[in-house]
Amino acid sequence: MTTEALSTSDLPFISPISQSSESHSKYNPGMQLDNHWVESSNVNHAGLIRRASEISGRRTVKKANQAAWLLRAISCIDLTTLSGDDTQGNVRRLCAKARSPVRRDIMDKLGVPHDFITTGAVCVYPARVQDAVDALEGSSIPVASVATGFPSGQIKTEHKLQEIEQCVADGAREIDIVLSRDLVLQGRWDEVYEEVKLFKAACGDAEMKTILATGELATFENVYKASLVCMMAGADFIKTSTGKEPVNATLPVSLCMLRAIRDYRDRTGFRVGYKPAGGISTAKDALTYLALVKDELGDSYLNNEMFRFGASSLLNDCERQLYHNAFGQYAADYYMPSV
Amino acid sequence: MDYGNAPEDDSPARSWLDSHDKLFGSFINNKWNKDNEADIPLAPSVSPSTGEVLAETVQATTDDVDAAVDAARTAFTSWSALEPHARARHIYAIARNLQKHSRLLAVVESMDNGKPIRETRDVDIPAAVRHMYYHAGWAQIMDTELPNYEPVGVIAQIIPWNFPLLMLAWKIAPALAMGNTVVLKPAPSTRLSAALFADILAESGLPPGVVNIISGDNDMASHLSAHPDVDKVAFTGSTAVGKHLQRQLAGTNTKLSLELGGKSPVVVYESADLDGAVEGLVNGIWFNQGQVCCAGSRLLVQESVAEVFVEKLKRRMDTLRVGNSLEKNIDMSAIIDETQRERIQSMVQIGIDEGADIYQPKDCVPEDGCFFPPTLVTNVQSTSTLVQEEIFGPVLVAQTFRTPAEAVKLANNTRYGLSAGVWTEKVGLALETALQIKAGVIWVNTHNVFDAAAGFGGYKESGFGREGGREGLYEYIKLAWKKGGKRIVGENVKENGGEWGKPRTPPLPSTPSPSSGLEGGIPGVDRTPKMYIGGAQKRPDGNYVLPIMSSDGKKLVGQVGDGNRKDVRDAVSAACKAAPGWGKRGAYNRSQILFYIAENLSIRKEEFASRLDDMTGCGIEEGRLEVDMSISRLFTYASYADKYGGAIQETAFSGVTSSINEPVGVVGVVCSNDRPLLQFVSAVAPAVVRGNSVVVCPSEKYPLAATDLYQVLDTSDLPGGVINIVTGQSSVIAKTLSEHQAVDGIWYFGDEEGCYNTQRLAAENMKRTFVCAEGRDWMDKAQGEGEEFLREASEVKNIWIPTGESMPGGGGAY
Repeated sequence: MTTEALSTSDLPFISPISQSSESHSKYNPGMQLDNHWVESSNVNHAGLIRRASEISGRRTVKKANQAAWLLRAISCIDLTTLSGDDTQGNVRRLCAKARSPVRRDIMDKLGVPHDFITTGAVCVYPARVQDAVDALEGSSIPVASVATGFPSGQIKTEHKLQEIEQCVADGAREIDIVLSRDLVLQGRWDEVYEEVKLFKAACGDAEMKTILATGELATFENVYKASLVCMMAGADFIKTSTGKEPVNATLPVSLCMLRAIRDYRDRTGFRVGYKPAGGISTAKDALTYLALVKDELGDSYLNNEMFRFGASSLLNDCERQLYHNAFGQYAADYYMPSV
Repeated sequence: MDYGNAPEDDSPARSWLDSHDKLFGSFINNKWNKDNEADIPLAPSVSPSTGEVLAETVQATTDDVDAAVDAARTAFTSWSALEPHARARHIYAIARNLQKHSRLLAVVESMDNGKPIRETRDVDIPAAVRHMYYHAGWAQIMDTELPNYEPVGVIAQIIPWNFPLLMLAWKIAPALAMGNTVVLKPAPSTRLSAALFADILAESGLPPGVVNIISGDNDMASHLSAHPDVDKVAFTGSTAVGKHLQRQLAGTNTKLSLELGGKSPVVVYESADLDGAVEGLVNGIWFNQGQVCCAGSRLLVQESVAEVFVEKLKRRMDTLRVGNSLEKNIDMSAIIDETQRERIQSMVQIGIDEGADIYQPKDCVPEDGCFFPPTLVTNVQSTSTLVQEEIFGPVLVAQTFRTPAEAVKLANNTRYGLSAGVWTEKVGLALETALQIKAGVIWVNTHNVFDAAAGFGGYKESGFGREGGREGLYEYIKLAWKKGGKRIVGENVKENGGEWGKPRTPPLPSTPSPSSGLEGGIPGVDRTPKMYIGGAQKRPDGNYVLPIMSSDGKKLVGQVGDGNRKDVRDAVSAACKAAPGWGKRGAYNRSQILFYIAENLSIRKEEFASRLDDMTGCGIEEGRLEVDMSISRLFTYASYADKYGGAIQETAFSGVTSSINEPVGVVGVVCSNDRPLLQFVSAVAPAVVRGNSVVVCPSEKYPLAATDLYQVLDTSDLPGGVINIVTGQSSVIAKTLSEHQAVDGIWYFGDEEGCYNTQRLAAENMKRTFVCAEGRDWMDKAQGEGEEFLREASEVKNIWIPTGESMPGGGGAY
C-alpha cells in the first residue's frame, strides 16, 4: 500500500453527493397491483447464492479507487441508532458524526475538502426524531425515522398511519416502514399492497423506504414478490431488514431485490432505490455491495439518492480503512471519533 | 465509480521462472533434462494477455519419450507393490504441497494460459488439490473396495491447454492412486504449471519415475501413445485426435479413455429464473473464455421468453470485463494464442456470412494482447455452421424451442454429448429433461460445477471413459485375471482390414440338407432358422444359407441364413426403434422378462444340451452344464436389473449429485465359437437388462443354440427389437456393425484381427468398444459375468441438482 498522499486528482470518481440528472433520479408513482406478474415470479435459490458468492472474487477496488469508493460508501450510510436506551445525548453524538464522518486529518491527507461528504441520513426511532432534527439544523442531512410498529409491525394499521404522520410532523424527511409479514407469509398480496399504499399517502412529501424484513420471509421468492408489491404501491426505496431479525442484509437477498428493482424499472420505467440494512459492518463488505449494485443496476444507482446502507459500526471501519489509504498504516477503532 | 486496476503480484512467479533460468525441458526420474542435444529450436511459453515470452522449453526427442516410458516401467514394479497406505501418503503429500503453493500455481497458470487469476485461484487450483485428496483416499482403500483389480501399468496422459494443471491433476491422481506410473505430456503452449508441479512432486518425495513429464509437439504425443510399453492412454483434446487415437490403438489391448469436444446445450424454460439462467451462461460460456469442452455454447430458450431473455443476456454481457489475466477485476481474459483467436474470428465470420446476427459489447477488449469479446449469435438454425460446430471460444449461439420435447430434440441434435444445462423451477420438468438429454454431465440450474467425487466424461463423439468418481477409477485398473501388456497387431492383420469383413462365396447345395434324411419313408421337416429382427423371423436378404457342421466336420447339423449388410441394417433399425421404450421400462419389468427367459430355457434344457452336443461334440453332460450355467447367468443379470442404477456422489456441491447408469443405446455383439449358448447369454443378458437393445451375431460355427432361442424369447414377453439376431459370417456382420453410425457400442469376442478391425472402424462415430481376443473361461464366474459386463453396458450420467429454497433464519428462528 502506498504511503504517499493521495490528491483529489487521484480520486477522479468522487463527485458531489447528489449528482443525478433528471432521468437518473428516483421516481416511483407506483402502479396498479399486477397479481399475474407477482405470481409468475421465478427465483432460483442456488443460482442467487452462487452469483452472490462470486461477486467478491470478480470485483475488487484498490488504492485511489478504493478511497473514492469508501467515501462514496460513507455518503450512502443512513447512520443509525435504534435502541431502547437511545437518548438525546447519543443521538446528538450520532448527528455530529453524520456531519463529519471522516477525521479531518484523513480528509486532508486524501486531499479532499472537509465538508465534502456527510452521511446519507441519520436514522432514529420516532421518539428521537425531534432530537435529531435539532442536532442537524443547518445541515442538509435528512432525518429518517422508522415507523409502523417497527420492528415487528404487529400493531393496527390505524396506529401505523398515526405514527407516520407524527414522524413527518416532527421533521422526518424519510420514513422507513415495515411490512406486515403475516400478510406476506399468507400470500395476501392485495392487502400488502393496500397497506403500503396507505403508508405512502401518509408519508406525504417524505420518502418511503419499505422494510421487507427478509429474514422473516422464508424464501427468496417471497422477497422478490414482496419487493415487487412494495414498488407497485409506490415505495421510494426497498430495504432488507430492521436489523432486528435473526438474519439481516445478505448479498443473495440483495441480489434478489436488485433484480426486482431492475425488472420493475424495465417494465415501468420507474426507478426505485435500494437499502441493505443490518449486518454490514466492514469496509470490504461495503465495497462488495457497491460492486454488486454497479454490476446489476449500473453507475447511476451508486449514490445516496438511489442507495443507502443501514448501518452504524460500518462507518468506523470505513474510516479506519481510509486512514490506511491515507497514511499506509492500520488504525485502532478508538482513534476514530465515536458515535 | 470505476473499478480501476487491481493486479495480482507476479513477482514470486517470476522468481520461480528465474530459478529455472527461464528454461524447462522434460522431467524424467525426478530430474530435469534440459540438454538440447538434438538442437531442436526451443519452444517459447508466451503469456497470451501480454505476448511476453515467459520461458523457453527444450523439446523432447523420441529418445526422451522412450526414456520417460522406461523410467515409468521401472518405477511401476515398486510403486504398484507399495502398500495402499504408503501410496495414499505419497498422494496426500502431493495434495498438501499443492495447497501450500496454491497461489504461486495460480499466478503461473494465469500468466501462462491467459485465464483470469480469479479462475485459477478459485477454481482450477482448488479443484486440482481436491482431486489429489480424493484419490489419496482411494489409494488407501483400494484393496478393500476393488479387491479383484490390479493397476494397468504405464499410463500415457496427453492433456490440452485449457486447464493445464487441473487436467494434469485429475489424470495423474487416479492413475497413481490405483498403482500405475505415468508419462504425461502437457500441451505445447501451456507447460509451466506442469513444470512447477514437477518441482512440487520432487519436494513431496515422490519416488523417481512414478510421474514423468515430457515436452514435445503432437508428433511426440503420437510416439508416446503408440509406445509398445504403454498400457493405457488417457487423452483430453479434440474429437479428431481422439478418433486418430482410437484407430492407432485398435486391437492393441491398450486401454483408452477420451475426453473430447462438445457443443453443450443450455435449455432455458419459461419457468426458469431468467436472471439466474443468464448467470448460468456467464459461468457456462464465458468461463475460461469459452475454451472449455463442456462450455454451455448452445442456448435453447423457450419462445415465450426468448425476447426478454436475450435482452437480459445482452445487458449482462455489457457488464463483463475483459482484461489482463492477472487483473482481479475481470470476468474474461485472453484467448490461448493468435491461431485460436483467428479460428474463433473466422467461425464468427462464417456465422455472419450465413446471415446470423452477432452481438458483442462495444470496446470491451484491450487493444494489445490476444483477446476476443464475449459474443452472442442469434438468428441461427440447426443448419447453421455455428450451431453444428464446436467454436471453443466465448461465442454463444441461441436458438428457440416451443415445447419440452422440442428442446430435448434440439439438445440431442449433435454428434457430441458431453454436458448440458437445464433451467427451470419445475423439478419434474428439470429431471425429465436431464434424463432425456444424451450427455455425461447434466447441470440443473447451474453450470460448470465439478468435483473429484463425480465422474466427468461424455456420450457419443465427446469420448468415453470418466474422470473422477468411482467410475473414473476403472480407467486405471484391470481385472486381475486379465493379462496385461500391449499387443502388437500382427503382420497378418492388414492396416485397412484386408480381406476381413468381405463376404466369402456361400457354399453350393452339395451336402444333403439335414431334413433330407427320411423319417418313416418321408423327408423330415426342414427347420432352417431365419434372422430374428424386430421380434419376427425374417428371411435373409441375400437368401443364401451357410451349412453348420458338427465339430468333427463330418455331419451337417443344420443351416443358417448368411446375413449380409442389409440384414444388419434392418436389425439395427429394429434395435433403434426398440431401444428408447425398452430403456424406459421399469427395472422390475426387465428383470421379470429375464427370469422368464431363464424359466423357459430351463424347460427346454435337454433340447439345448443335445443341440450343443450335436454341434460342438462337447458331450451331453457338458451341454447340460452349459445350459445350467446359462440359466444361472440369466438369473444373475435379472438380479442386476434393479441393483446397478447408480449412486449419490458425495461431492462438495450443495445439492444432490446423482450418477445414473444409463443404457449405452444400441449395442452390437459378435460372439466367438466358444461356449455358443453360454457366451451368447453372458453378453446379451447384461446388455439387455441394463436397457440396451442388441444386434447379435452368434457363433459363426455353432449358431443354432442361439437361433433355437427365438422361441424362448418369443414366449418370454420380450418386446420385439430388443434382441435381434443375425447369423452368418461374423466378420461381415462385425464390420457392418462397427461402421454403422446408429450403433453406440460394439462388443467383439474373437480373434486379434477382428478386435483390431472392430476398434478401428468403431472410431467412425466413437463407439464404445469391448473387445476380447485372449478368450475367457465363460464357465468361470469371475471371467464370464459380473461388474465388467454391467459397466460396459452402461453409460454414466452425472446429474447435478442444487438444493435450496428456504433462506437462513427464515421462520421459526425464535
